[in-house]
Amino acid sequence: MPAVLDVRHLSIAFPRATPVPDLSFTIEEGETLALVGESGSGKSLTALALMRLLPRNARLGAASRILFSGRNIAQLPEQEMRRLRGRDMAMIFQEPMTSLNPVMTVGRQIAEVLELHEGLSCRAARKRAAELLDLVRIPEAHHRLDAYPHQFSGGQRQRVMIAVAIAAHPRLLIADEPTTALDVTIQAQILELLDQLRRDLSMALLLITHDLGVVAQWADRVIALYAGHKVEEARPQLLFGTPAHPYTQGLLAASPRLRADYHYSDGPLIEIPGSIVSAVGEKGCPFAPRCPVARPACRAAMPPLLPQGDGHFVACPVTTLREAPHGHSVGL
Amino acid sequence: MSRPHLTLVSDGLTLPPEAEAPAPPVPAAPAEPAPVPLSAWSNVHAADAIRASSAQAQLAPPDSRRALKAFLKNPTAMTGFVFLVLVVAAALAAPVLYPDDPLAMVARPLIWPGQDPDFPLGTDSLGRDVAAGLFHGARVSLMVGLAATAIGLAAGTLVGALAGYFGGRLDAALVRLIEIFQSIPSFILLIVLVAIAQPTMATITVAIGLVTWPTIARLARAEFRAIRAKEFVAAAKSLGYGHTRIILREILPNALPPLIVTASVMVASAILNESALSFMGMGDPNVVSWGSMIGAGRELLRTAWFLTALPGLVIVFTVLALNLIGDGLNDALNPRMSAER
Repeated sequence: MPAVLDVRHLSIAFPRATPVPDLSFTIEEGETLALVGESGSGKSLTALALMRLLPRNARLGAASRILFSGRNIAQLPEQEMRRLRGRDMAMIFQEPMTSLNPVMTVGRQIAEVLELHEGLSCRAARKRAAELLDLVRIPEAHHRLDAYPHQFSGGQRQRVMIAVAIAAHPRLLIADEPTTALDVTIQAQILELLDQLRRDLSMALLLITHDLGVVAQWADRVIALYAGHKVEEARPQLLFGTPAHPYTQGLLAASPRLRADYHYSDGPLIEIPGSIVSAVGEKGCPFAPRCPVARPACRAAMPPLLPQGDGHFVACPVTTLREAPHGHSVGL
Repeated sequence: MSRPHLTLVSDGLTLPPEAEAPAPPVPAAPAEPAPVPLSAWSNVHAADAIRASSAQAQLAPPDSRRALKAFLKNPTAMTGFVFLVLVVAAALAAPVLYPDDPLAMVARPLIWPGQDPDFPLGTDSLGRDVAAGLFHGARVSLMVGLAATAIGLAAGTLVGALAGYFGGRLDAALVRLIEIFQSIPSFILLIVLVAIAQPTMATITVAIGLVTWPTIARLARAEFRAIRAKEFVAAAKSLGYGHTRIILREILPNALPPLIVTASVMVASAILNESALSFMGMGDPNVVSWGSMIGAGRELLRTAWFLTALPGLVIVFTVLALNLIGDGLNDALNPRMSAER
């Protein structure tokens, strides 16, 4: 399948820090790719970089290439980028409470996108807006068109946000922690909805989250980020079954699983010692300061991302030593 | 706030009983509910809650209607509003009730109020009807107040919006410009402007607008800076909206409430400024205004005090009314204030 998005050597730099030094990944048509990582791992910055909506003081590295449908949009002029946003790629934000304009009816907010990108007339846009509200399963869509965002609950607002985002049939939908602000019952519904829309509209979905449960159930492929580095990439079954990077292993061990015979008070939860702050200024593997199996070589240079077969890539020479041939040592 | 989702967890998950009651009299059957087989990542499986979320909606009426209600319920604001309506009515009725030139000499000078039923509020030192002056003066005062505020509001919002939205160097330059205007005493600037141009209604209005825009500009800039950082503006950018659309459709409507409140007070201060100019003899000599009536009556303050007191009272009450309206609007449009009501 063709790649909708092919990101190569993406680097994002602020005047004093480089939160994403070198990141490459692809998303294929109709695929759900999950970017997981803790706060500060560069997930949201990556999403903003793809939309070219980085904060003003952030810079894309010169070698960064963002191929969207084969076209490099990393250096596209703002004018053309604006035509792309909302029409070919759209984004859903974390806070449904604040991501809708409070003084505009939801019908108007959906219609606005259609008028801008599809050139629909006011009346046609309104009709289509009602269909879209129906598509995201807002009950009595026709009557809710003239309602204001504060008349909707959190989950419904996120549905409206989704309706706005998919209004112009984007080929790529970026969902930046779409369910973090919602309670778990609504979370499942929203993810279900996103998944179905992805299939129906054959969109590619980039799901940014720190929730491993979301990843396990809804992603086709997972990339674990640590301090802007891709440390592991795999199908969720592989990642959850045989995590290979010490960071991923630690993350999974630290997640409280619900088991019939286990209660959190039975023993201490496992935690990864230290904090992501320790990655700042690290020349080698950013996880080395917190890693239980780190070797001196880990601190010298970032270990390369090596294939482990079956689409599983890991950037740790220590834990993959048995599988990897000895020739591939850290010095590469 | 109730938490509807708790009651909805009906299948898939079973919540433990609220809290273990101290020593229940009946020996409790199995203390813990039988463990339901759950997958390892069960936190995303949960019961359906569509009904709950739709029941939660439709609680608050639309914002504008709520604000209107709050305004109508506010007695002080309504007092101000009623008085302002009277002033507007007087201004509208002036050409009907007093079709002649209010500057024309129509009777013996210095008739006291109540002496002559034809001139209920008396005449001034030149024999001009005070009542006609007050009615026609309302036209001038309201005209100048509204037009000057419109000019100040438009210019201030434009400058403030550009500075607040774009930030950076443009912001720095525009803030310097605002500071230049604010560092000059505004009434002196006003006098200079009117003295340079001919004192007509139009030049006075423009001059007052030019003197008052920095207040609005500062306020608009602060609002735009705050709202620019909101997530719905980021969402608008992610939908490919241009700057103009974001400024006019997304930010401006959200920044309006404080601007409207300030504008109502600006009308009052514009009326005061015009009165002060007229009092000093720098008003338009061809029209009668409240300020010019006070100025003309100044010399007879000890013998015919009503000549200054009557237009003075009208100014006081009009300005007070506008301030009361401003307060009422502030309460009505400010969601934090109204939530406490």
